[in-house]
Amino acid sequence: MSTIIPIGPFHPVLEEPEYIQLYVNGETVESADIDLGRIHRGMELLAQEKTYDQDVFLIERICGICSASHSWAGSLAMEDIVGVKPPDRARYLRTIVHELERLHSHMLWVGLGGHILGYWTVFMWGWKYREPILDALEMITGNRQHYAWYKAGGVRRDVADEIWPEVLKIIDEFAGHVDMLTGAILDDPVIQGRLKGVGILTKEDAIHYGTLGPTARGSGFDIDVRRDEDYGAYDEVDWNVIVQPDGDCLAVAVVRLLEMKESCKIIKQCIDKLPGGPIATEIREFPRGEGVGHVEAPRGESFHYIRSNGTNMPERHKMRAPTFTNIPSFRPRVKGESISDAVLIFAIIDPCYSCTERMAVLDPSGKPFMTGKDLIKLSHEKTEKLRRES
Amino acid sequence: MGATSWGFKKSLWVFHLNAGACNNCDIEVLDCLTPRFDIERFGMKLVGSVKHADVLLVSGFVSRKVLPQLIETYEQAPKPLAVVAIGSCGCTGGIFRDGYNFAGPVDKHIPVDAYVPGCPPRPEALIDGIVKLMGKL
Repeated sequence: MSTIIPIGPFHPVLEEPEYIQLYVNGETVESADIDLGRIHRGMELLAQEKTYDQDVFLIERICGICSASHSWAGSLAMEDIVGVKPPDRARYLRTIVHELERLHSHMLWVGLGGHILGYWTVFMWGWKYREPILDALEMITGNRQHYAWYKAGGVRRDVADEIWPEVLKIIDEFAGHVDMLTGAILDDPVIQGRLKGVGILTKEDAIHYGTLGPTARGSGFDIDVRRDEDYGAYDEVDWNVIVQPDGDCLAVAVVRLLEMKESCKIIKQCIDKLPGGPIATEIREFPRGEGVGHVEAPRGESFHYIRSNGTNMPERHKMRAPTFTNIPSFRPRVKGESISDAVLIFAIIDPCYSCTERMAVLDPSGKPFMTGKDLIKLSHEKTEKLRRES
Repeated sequence: MGATSWGFKKSLWVFHLNAGACNNCDIEVLDCLTPRFDIERFGMKLVGSVKHADVLLVSGFVSRKVLPQLIETYEQAPKPLAVVAIGSCGCTGGIFRDGYNFAGPVDKHIPVDAYVPGCPPRPEALIDGIVKLMGKL
């Protein structure tokens, strides 16, 4: 006999309105359910009602933290339709901003992880050290978040060379803070006790559930779009994909901490090698066709598909953010753990619901509007109808 | 001194409700608590329940699924309660105004005392908004 514990939708530990149900027996969690959809904004339909230039501003607002990832993936898809490549300088500038975004996103997660564990110092440190990164982003793009900087073909504004020494100084200081935090977190026996061996996701499950990003890499599943796909300047700089085999919460935390060091390396090399020249390739019109863009967002692969019908608006714009495939991995992780670890395990994938929201249509009686069987029946009826008509 | 102004005389406690934001406003609200801005030195803090709060911060366009919960939260709150709509979405609906899941901006459903526009508003803007709100109360 299991008891149901509701968490949310407006709960102090959740930033976003989500409803989680834990099925518990005593202290042990048996299963979990999650109810999404409160932040669904109809993004895909809105994108089809705007022009390509306006679309970049819209898809940037899918998520506040991965706004560079989404706008880059969307721009890549648009460039794929036209068949142009951005100039070298644009590739490097895009890479720098994207890695800065990864730094602030991972640091934000470290802070929230500390908040959930009850380490307020880690929360305050993490967010304090994150601020200079936002300053660097403001220096480069003009805004702390929602940069409005990417566009199909390149970037919108050029950057003056005078700011790079300041950015390099910020990165150097940040790398020192990351070292300090990594040491403090990994040497603390209490944090080790809370994270090690908790919420294990095996490699088989990681592949089976289709997890992406640090969640997958923490389970020994070696997947990283930056290395596997040709985009940005990642193949021209020296960096490593961080993989940890254990699959517990500690492994994912270590992946994120070490990834920040790699991002610092990438940014420094990109600033050193930054070529001159134009910042954007001009795109006159979008021909008929389809394009795909994917980039490694801080949480995993973010994927955009655009189909063009030759007008200035996309005919179909499909988006998929990494949290969408990472959320189901919560279930195998949380099974058999105690309630006190459940929220921590849920936060370990760094969930971002605003990326994930989908819409389900419900009958007022609460039953599903259409089940799989109903859809198959409809399909059969249509075939029958066509058969009769022919 | 009326009952309302007496209720707001001390430090304001804030409950933050995300009614469909993209996270950015929420992060900037949290940013206000962290060392660089640190509004806790004024005794302002985020609380876990609206029943403890003097101010309800609403971020995000209001989606149809959140709407009943937004109204319920407002009704549960002890009055006097100041409502602040933050972000372009909270003020007008912003870029999502034409979406099918948009249930109207915050002030269509509950009375709003202060607006902090911006996408996202900077932490300084948020603090400025709250200070102006305190002056108004």
